[in-house]
Amino acid sequence: MIETYLRQNALAHLGLEGREPSSDAAVRLHEKSLPTAVNLRGEKDDPTFLEAVNGALGLGLPVEPNTAAQNETLAILWLGPNEWLLVRHDVSPEAEAQLSASLRDALGDIHSAVTEVGESLVCIHISGPRAADVIAKGCPLDLHPSAFGGAGHCAQSHLSKTAITLHQLSNEDEGGPDYDLYTRRSFADYLWRWLSDAAREYSGG
Amino acid sequence: MLLISCPHCGPRCESEFANGGEAHIERPKDPETLSDADWAEFVFFRDNPKGLVLERWNHAQGCRRWFNAARDSVTYEILAVYPMGSPPPALDPKRYV
Ligand SMILES: [Zn+2]
Repeated sequence: MIETYLRQNALAHLGLEGREPSSDAAVRLHEKSLPTAVNLRGEKDDPTFLEAVNGALGLGLPVEPNTAAQNETLAILWLGPNEWLLVRHDVSPEAEAQLSASLRDALGDIHSAVTEVGESLVCIHISGPRAADVIAKGCPLDLHPSAFGGAGHCAQSHLSKTAITLHQLSNEDEGGPDYDLYTRRSFADYLWRWLSDAAREYSGG
Repeated sequence: MLLISCPHCGPRCESEFANGGEAHIERPKDPETLSDADWAEFVFFRDNPKGLVLERWNHAQGCRRWFNAARDSVTYEILAVYPMGSPPPALDPKRYV
């Protein structure tokens, strides 16, 4: 973990506070504060691994491709056949070290890897009735619920030239859709400007 | 644009993938006995058939896993995907020559 006083949101330099879009905008973009994120590797076919993780987190790993598991405090995104991303939002800077420590304790000698990655990421929350249209302008994923699967599904892909991890949080009939969009911190400025530009035609002004 | 079925993530757009060249090229087990011509064959020379090609792909903008694919170099049809380290499945590719 870097020194707490050095922690800064990836888009802090844009001065986004006080410039949030209105709640009825067709597309709303918002940077979530520096996420707590842990990358977890392990064998999904090893029941001791699955049980240890479940015991430490109180939430089972999603082993179905392109799906996410979620409770009130934690989201687990499937990244590959033996790889997951664990994410928490709006928690203290120490939460990441605590999360990884509890996993390491529970896993012991079980073949696995726990890596703290939150400071490499930015999370942009995108919501509103035209959110999927904006993403679709630069992303080859088919976001229609019949293909993507709707809320509780996730995928890694690219948006314009940026590698992304996309997590759908809610469906259209639940007031959504809305998505958490993760990318590398160094791409944050580029991606934010790209999204803002792509969303402009839906802003009505 | 090709639609490639990642064995882990399912069908995805070609732009998420990186091509890793011809598959099933084995590094020589006894490199000290190789002549320059043998090395050149291993490092540089590749088949360029009209029809069935066996190649490696990496789902670079997705799960980042490697896999093999059998593709028709004329129609671009992907005939099969199969794991790294496995021999290709039995196929009945179209013959052009
Ligand atoms: Zn994949």
